[in-house]
Amino acid sequence: MHEYSLCIALLGQVERIARDHRARRVARILLRLGPLSGAEAPLLRHAWPLAAAGSLAAGAELVIEAAPVVVRCTRCGAETEAAPNRLLCGACGDWRTRLVSGDELLLAHLELADIEPEVPRACASPSP
Amino acid sequence: MCDTCGCNITDANAHLLRPGGRLHQTGEGREAVTVLRNLLSENDRQAAHNRAHLDRHQVLAVNLMSSPGAGKTALLEATIEALGDTLRIAVIEGDLETENDAERIRARGVEAIQITTGSACHLDAHMVHQALHGLDLSTIDLLFVENVGNLVCPASFDLGQHYNVTLLSVPEGDDKPAKYPVMFRAADLVLLTKADLLPYLPEFQPGRAERCLRDLASAAPCLSLSARTGEGLAAWLDWLRQTRALLVSQQAAGSSRRPAIQPEGQALHAGEGAF
Ligand SMILES: Nc1nc2c(ncn2[C@@H]2O[C@H](COP(=O)(O)OP(=O)(O)O)[C@@H](O)[C@H]2O)c(=O)[nH]1
Ligand SMILES: [Mg+2]
Ligand SMILES: [Zn+2]
Ligand SMILES: [Zn+2]
Ligand SMILES: [Zn+2]
Repeated sequence: MHEYSLCIALLGQVERIARDHRARRVARILLRLGPLSGAEAPLLRHAWPLAAAGSLAAGAELVIEAAPVVVRCTRCGAETEAAPNRLLCGACGDWRTRLVSGDELLLAHLELADIEPEVPRACASPSP
Repeated sequence: MCDTCGCNITDANAHLLRPGGRLHQTGEGREAVTVLRNLLSENDRQAAHNRAHLDRHQVLAVNLMSSPGAGKTALLEATIEALGDTLRIAVIEGDLETENDAERIRARGVEAIQITTGSACHLDAHMVHQALHGLDLSTIDLLFVENVGNLVCPASFDLGQHYNVTLLSVPEGDDKPAKYPVMFRAADLVLLTKADLLPYLPEFQPGRAERCLRDLASAAPCLSLSARTGEGLAAWLDWLRQTRALLVSQQAAGSSRRPAIQPEGQALHAGEGAF
């Protein structure tokens, strides 16, 4: 439902990182998205070009990696995969589990291009 | 979707897009950077600031979420009726563009700030921050945020509240937690509302709603109540009083509390190297 706002947030982070690295272009963006994050990959893919238009990330390839839903049982300690609406322990069936993976909404990795060389220091004043 | 309703750019977050704002666009060999950063970290930073405002004044903030019409405003009216003499209550209204709900609250003598979200489908921490600055927090004990009626997005946005309460009304069916796991996992307390309708809708079984909730590995208490008849209201009021007493002692000791789901996710993802 709020994928466009998420894309605006993503763009902000991507631009900041690109600037910190003096990149003029972003080539590839990798997101890690769990089914319990509340965001849908197809909607993000659809909203991204609208959000990124005109920015240095406009041409970036957006790759969305699905994170599996994994729970850790507080009773028997097993780590098992689960369905998003049935987070029960796959080993003993107990409901008292903790989510280990599946709710993430992460900017995982960026590939930056057209990196500007470091600006040489002005030589008028000797550096302290 | 928000790209058609335009809720992404609100009066409250527009400053981020202006020159000098954090999200401002600058004009124009590959380098790979591993980031591992939550997309909502900008919102979360604002939410932490909101929580600090609330904690400084020892206010308990409760975020009410549900589908439209589940009875959030009716519950607030009944709560004000019951607690208004002993606790100083204020309400931030995010539901709908009109002032209808805010006026229903003001009619009970309680201050209500209406957030006009336009056609937005959720509140974010920036909108709530703006509303907080319209309130004198030193005169408030208990702040309710009535979120936009929607079982999808509101769950993803931390507003700076201490507790999430999700309402599920009897006419909606008892399997809603299985259909909206993100929303119901975010709840610190689930209220089964309009319990006066249970005799007419025997297919709604409170036990089944609670089982769906446990299937989400949620230990959140699940209470049935009716704002109309007042049945079950006492347990909700007790929960509010106890929750407030606990929080105030934490705030006095310099700590706070975040809605149940967030510390867990944060801790786990911090383990992956996020910052
Ligand atoms: N029968 C019954 N109806 C209720 C109850 N609470 C709210 N309603 C009705 O449900 C409708 C929506 O309620 P409202 O509080 O505006 O829902 P909101 O959209 O979640 O704020 C109104 O017509 C209310 O009168 C209740 O406990 N029992
Ligand atoms: Mg309402
Ligand atoms: Zn939304
Ligand atoms: Zn187990
Ligand atoms: Zn502030």
